[in-house]
Amino acid sequence: MSLNTKIDKHLSNGSNKTPDYSGKDFSSDQDVRWCPGCGDYTILKQVQNTMPDIGVKKEDIVFISGIGCAARFPYYMDTFGMHSIHGRAPAIATGLKVSRPELSVWIITGDGDSLSIGANHFVQLLRRNVNVNLLLFNNQIYGLTKGQYSPTAPEGSVTKSTPYGSIDHPFNPLSLSMGADGTFVARAMDRDPKHLNKMLMRTHQHQGTSMLEIYQNCIVFNDGAFELFTDKKSRPREAIYLEQGEPLIFGKENDRGVRLDGLKPEVVSLADGKYSKDDLWVHDEQDSTKSYLLSRFFDAPEPGDDFHLPRPFGVLYAVDRPTYDDGVNNQVDHEVERRGTGDLDKLLEGPETWLVK
Amino acid sequence: MSIKDQIRDEVTIRFAGDSGDGMQLTGSLFTNTTALEGNDLRTLPEFPAEIRAPAGTVPGVSSFQLHFGSKEIMTPGDVCDVLVVMNSAALKANLGLLQRGGTIIANTAGFDKKNLNLAKYGEDENPLEDGSLSDYNVIEVDISKLTKESLSNTSLSFKDVERCKNMFVLGLLYWMYNRPLESTISFLEKKFSKKPEIANANIKALKDGYNFGDNTEIFTTRYTVKEAPIAPGTYRNITGTDATVLGLVSATRKSNLPLFFGSYPITPASDVLHGLSRLKNYGVYTFQAEDEIAAVSSAIGASFGGSLGVTSSSGPGIALKGEAIGLAVILELPLVVLNVQRAGPSTGMPTKTEQADLLQAMYGRNGESPAVILAPHSPADCFDTAFEACRVALEHMIPVFFMSDGYLANGSEPWKFPKKKDLKDIKITFEPSRNGEAKKYLPYVRDDRFVRSWAIPGTKGIEHRVGGLEKEDETGDVSYDPDNHEKMVKLRQAKVDEIANHIPLQVVDSGNETGDVLVVGWGSTYGSIRTAAHELRQEGMDISHIHLRYLNPFPKNLGKLLNSFDKVLIPEINNGQLVRLIRDKFMIPAAGINKIKGRPFGVDELKQEINQAIVTKSNPVKTN
Repeated sequence: MSLNTKIDKHLSNGSNKTPDYSGKDFSSDQDVRWCPGCGDYTILKQVQNTMPDIGVKKEDIVFISGIGCAARFPYYMDTFGMHSIHGRAPAIATGLKVSRPELSVWIITGDGDSLSIGANHFVQLLRRNVNVNLLLFNNQIYGLTKGQYSPTAPEGSVTKSTPYGSIDHPFNPLSLSMGADGTFVARAMDRDPKHLNKMLMRTHQHQGTSMLEIYQNCIVFNDGAFELFTDKKSRPREAIYLEQGEPLIFGKENDRGVRLDGLKPEVVSLADGKYSKDDLWVHDEQDSTKSYLLSRFFDAPEPGDDFHLPRPFGVLYAVDRPTYDDGVNNQVDHEVERRGTGDLDKLLEGPETWLVK
Repeated sequence: MSIKDQIRDEVTIRFAGDSGDGMQLTGSLFTNTTALEGNDLRTLPEFPAEIRAPAGTVPGVSSFQLHFGSKEIMTPGDVCDVLVVMNSAALKANLGLLQRGGTIIANTAGFDKKNLNLAKYGEDENPLEDGSLSDYNVIEVDISKLTKESLSNTSLSFKDVERCKNMFVLGLLYWMYNRPLESTISFLEKKFSKKPEIANANIKALKDGYNFGDNTEIFTTRYTVKEAPIAPGTYRNITGTDATVLGLVSATRKSNLPLFFGSYPITPASDVLHGLSRLKNYGVYTFQAEDEIAAVSSAIGASFGGSLGVTSSSGPGIALKGEAIGLAVILELPLVVLNVQRAGPSTGMPTKTEQADLLQAMYGRNGESPAVILAPHSPADCFDTAFEACRVALEHMIPVFFMSDGYLANGSEPWKFPKKKDLKDIKITFEPSRNGEAKKYLPYVRDDRFVRSWAIPGTKGIEHRVGGLEKEDETGDVSYDPDNHEKMVKLRQAKVDEIANHIPLQVVDSGNETGDVLVVGWGSTYGSIRTAAHELRQEGMDISHIHLRYLNPFPKNLGKLLNSFDKVLIPEINNGQLVRLIRDKFMIPAAGINKIKGRPFGVDELKQEINQAIVTKSNPVKTN
């Protein structure tokens, strides 16, 4: 910024070189207090492992969370952090990022935090495209309040607050993100750390709001919610890993593919000779129509339907759009350039004065 | 017929018309000219709640009141001497505010059958004809027709001509009160610089209005209001809103921090957002958030990053911000919360003024969540108080409420504005970086004012976590320890109380330091109380007035002052809020004088109430 404020002066004597960190450097001195076996542990580990690779100094990284089990996350990261109030982390992060655009800002949130109480801030963040990273830990349950259904819980979920099954239709977080004009929409899972690590890197690299949904198992209140996708046996049949420019192939023997019949996706066999690789849908993460269709691969499989659509993991959508924080700062810079740094005495004087003798 | 010239020491004029008639502009132009003439003055606009209520109806009336004089003027006037009405609805809505024997200048075109119907006058009822205005001096002028004639040689559309009639009225009033036209002409030239034909038409209507006064025989008197004995210096006119904006910008300059202003539009606070959003080259970042909660949260995020975080709203919005303000309390970060109060509860009366959010600021959050509360007492004082709110927030790392109201925000007065160099520096330091030192940074270690350090991201070696969970003393680590919680609650309170040692002592605004009656006020009641106390003293009452800027904590000497009077009266535009705080804190039988009508106290009304309260309501304070 062209106005040399106290912040600029304070930061000016820092070194520009990023030290060689290891994952351990990002572990704080606090005891981690999630339930044993919670999916949060692997996510924490992968985030800590990713941090040395993003090339940002520790002091320039900020983790901001709302409320919920996942929201404890910042306490365990040896960076700057704020554990704030329920649902509001995107708003706090927006204020921080706009005023300090050089920082790497990470929002840690859950399905209740960002899709129920904070849903408004979630969609506003995406449409503004503030250059922050949002990790949405989705476990389809309220864990910290001990087991009520969440806004991503499937219809009919039997929980403490829905003994006869939930009536609510759940959010599809990725479709919602695309509907809000998000510029980066991706999905990962706690049980595939290698892929998660890759997704975290992509999340960091994207300029704009990077929305990474992470399927996270709540071992106490909703164990196995995503087992179909995370279990090594069912995963090949139920999950598909997206790669830019590659055809949509899945299955244990890479024996299945997804092709588009017009705008209608269908699962085909690559084993019976009817279709080959060349007939398949090739993933293009910049094609919003196709990305949206991918986000709709969301239905629970009907029993016996062997050819249902798999759940996509990876980057569904990634496009460039000017970021909000850049826009705000460019406007300030532009005004300073156009009108000069404001003269306070002139401002105090106003348009018209008179002298009393 | 000769025209008499009379000298008046004060005059109150009220311009009233349909919201499309340009009465606010007319009023503010008259105000500027009057200020340039050296009068003391106060103004108060009143808008309809609807943006465009049906034209010609009573709900669609917009008015602007100006009180000016050759003596100290502290209020916009209880009642007016002159009422300008552009239509019959304006008369209906405002006649009650005109004093008996006052002058009505009525645009007769606004009293035709259609307008009378719209204003819901009865069949065949016309106040201009039925003698119902016999107590007043009615001057009938067909302003619409005269404006049309004045502009008959222009190529302007009917609509554009119609829009010039407020300038005709303004010209006429300038003639009546011996005011020059220059300032208004240069304003019109500037405003319509890209549409010279519109500028010229407005100027012509203005001049013809003036000449109409000169040439016609309807007027028998012209008035002169001489210069007021105002302290020497250079002045400008300022509204409470503009003063607030300038106070915030000045604080960013004197602290050399960027200003981050997170806000969500709400009446009557939105104008602060409008004002600041134009000042980006002063290092001002404005963020129109998706809601009140995001507005305050974004300001907290910016404060965490080292900016001066400010948010604004009115009562309903402050209610929504409550949880986040509590977060700022426990995080111990600077935050300024502007509350431009309006009549409540709930949506209440958005365009009407009230002081009913004091207890909300004091107690309206969960848990023990003390914050600092400051209130400006006049439009110009919004500058000093906004600046002071920022100073306290930054120097003490604490949320500070700034409690103005619709009456202060929209009102205006002459202001002897300061120079940048006269403003005090705001002293802040950021926690410095550390290089592998053995000692870990502890975010909740305090100085002798109980203030923790401001440790901003980007500073090497002091990475740390803060949050809304109770924190251990010094380390800031999450703690559920019972003794620690009690200690932290007391520390956060002590931090507020300590501020009393860093603010000025309370002064008596007028009257003696000890005596029979003390009137204690806060906020926008200042002008009415000051004027009422002054007049009551002249009538022989032993009465003093103190006006509080600091409502939490109170100034250290307040208790002593209160106990130096037999009776303490507390007028407020609410159902009794400061009076409760005072009784609670000082255990004195202070008595409230309360008005809850969405309007400020009138001076005469207040005098009556004080006279009555002394007899009926108040018990002696002094026990000896």
